[in-house]
Amino acid sequence: MAEAAAPLRTERITALFGDKAAVKDVTLAFPANTVTAIIGPSGCGKSTFLRCLNRLHELSRGGSVQGQVLLDGEDIYHPAANPVDIRKRIGMVFQQPNPFPTMSIYHNVAAGLTVNGGRSRAETDAAVERALKDAALWDEVKDRLRASPLALSGGQQQRLCIARTIAPEPEVILLDEPTSALDPNGTQSIEELVQELKRTFTVVIVTHNMQQAARISDYTAFFYLGELVERDDTTTVFTAPHEQRTEAYITGRFG
Amino acid sequence: MISRAARRRLFSRFMTALTVLAAVIALAPLFAIFADLVLRGASSLNFDFFVQNPAAPGQTGGGVANAIVGTLIVVGVAAAIGLPLGIGGGVYLAEYGGGTFGVVVRFLADVLNGTPSVIVGIFAWTWIVRPMGHFSALAGSLALAVLIIPMVTRTTEEMVRLVPHSLREAALALGFPRWRTTAKIMVRAAWPGIVTGGLVAVARIAGETAPLLFTALGNLNFKTNVMQPMQTLSLQIYVFATGPFEEWHRLAWGAALVLMAIVLLMGIAARLATRTRFRDG
Repeated sequence: MAEAAAPLRTERITALFGDKAAVKDVTLAFPANTVTAIIGPSGCGKSTFLRCLNRLHELSRGGSVQGQVLLDGEDIYHPAANPVDIRKRIGMVFQQPNPFPTMSIYHNVAAGLTVNGGRSRAETDAAVERALKDAALWDEVKDRLRASPLALSGGQQQRLCIARTIAPEPEVILLDEPTSALDPNGTQSIEELVQELKRTFTVVIVTHNMQQAARISDYTAFFYLGELVERDDTTTVFTAPHEQRTEAYITGRFG
Repeated sequence: MISRAARRRLFSRFMTALTVLAAVIALAPLFAIFADLVLRGASSLNFDFFVQNPAAPGQTGGGVANAIVGTLIVVGVAAAIGLPLGIGGGVYLAEYGGGTFGVVVRFLADVLNGTPSVIVGIFAWTWIVRPMGHFSALAGSLALAVLIIPMVTRTTEEMVRLVPHSLREAALALGFPRWRTTAKIMVRAAWPGIVTGGLVAVARIAGETAPLLFTALGNLNFKTNVMQPMQTLSLQIYVFATGPFEEWHRLAWGAALVLMAIVLLMGIAARLATRTRFRDG
């Protein structure tokens, strides 16, 4: 598969907690309109790596980052770069569904729109509807947009979080084990959704579920002990990996 | 011979009964106080009680209108000063107070929380009443504000800390600036708890007497000027209950019942005000 241009890539990223490196010297590109899965055993640094991509890691206790993350060719860690602006362009969905409990379903989706301001009521309404449709949630919530998001099921809450993330139209979407707290139904709906999302966005998904990575990703990157061991077409990684450690992991010999 | 399972069930019942007993013993004084107040105080309550000032010593009749209004003013001013400062301090500690300064502030708030209120009263007398040259309701309010600030600071901090970290990350990942994450997400999610904490603190200072003896002093007349001495229910109860007249004792019970009712009404009002509802984001 010929690779498209990569709107997001990392150059020798190292993520530290204090003086301990959780991610070591990772260089990785995320081609446009593809899904890249990051797999690896617990504690391999995959989530920490993902949190470097939208400058969330530096907010963790003792967290710091070395190296570069290039978004459309510009380093998001450049001293002049504003992390708040970066995060508007790189959305993130978390492990546990985390809708804002004090806001209605509507206002959850509108939250990222209103924080930027400058939209009329009608424009916001249209953007909320579009985001909920894109997140395959519209039909289930259109009659209760003013209701609490906590009345929704876990899978619905996670789709609501995805709607909230895509409403401001970021360029890249990061998903940090988005189905690990969901039942099989919820998982399936999120996986189908990820396939749709890549039409519009560049998607990076961290998962500890190898079958999931095989099902939904175009590229797979295998992390082990904070290092990028191997990254290739998903088919190649799962059928003919180059590295011994990758093969050992995907065949279930450790992890 | 009792089987092992039966013995366990019996033990479980016994322990459950113990916890019920402990709860009953803990609540008994509360109900006793409340029943006593109603029994002895309710008979004093009539229209005059709420609209008249205390009668001259030895005479019957009279009311505590000056003390009711005085309590509302003194406690209201104290809350107006103390609640914003306390809530602001608590939000600071929870959201930004990770450094040395936060540790110092938290420690001082705990020390101040444990300071007997009479000492705060003496402090207010030394630094406010003496320089001003006279007792005043304002000095009383400031003393009560000093009491309320550390209480509200600590409860607010706890409430904001209880809000899941994942909500903060969700907001930041959406491109919320830090302050907006604090105000729109964290504080709003913690708000019912913050209001409850503030209310408990206001209820506590509404019954404070010691710090007011040195500051608001008390007043047998109806006053609304905060620069002058003012009566409060707590001071009124203190004076009436320790006085020699049967009529005063009767009024003290009535005043105590009114004070308790005011605190209760504040509680209900706060609950109604913080019922979950969805406001525009």
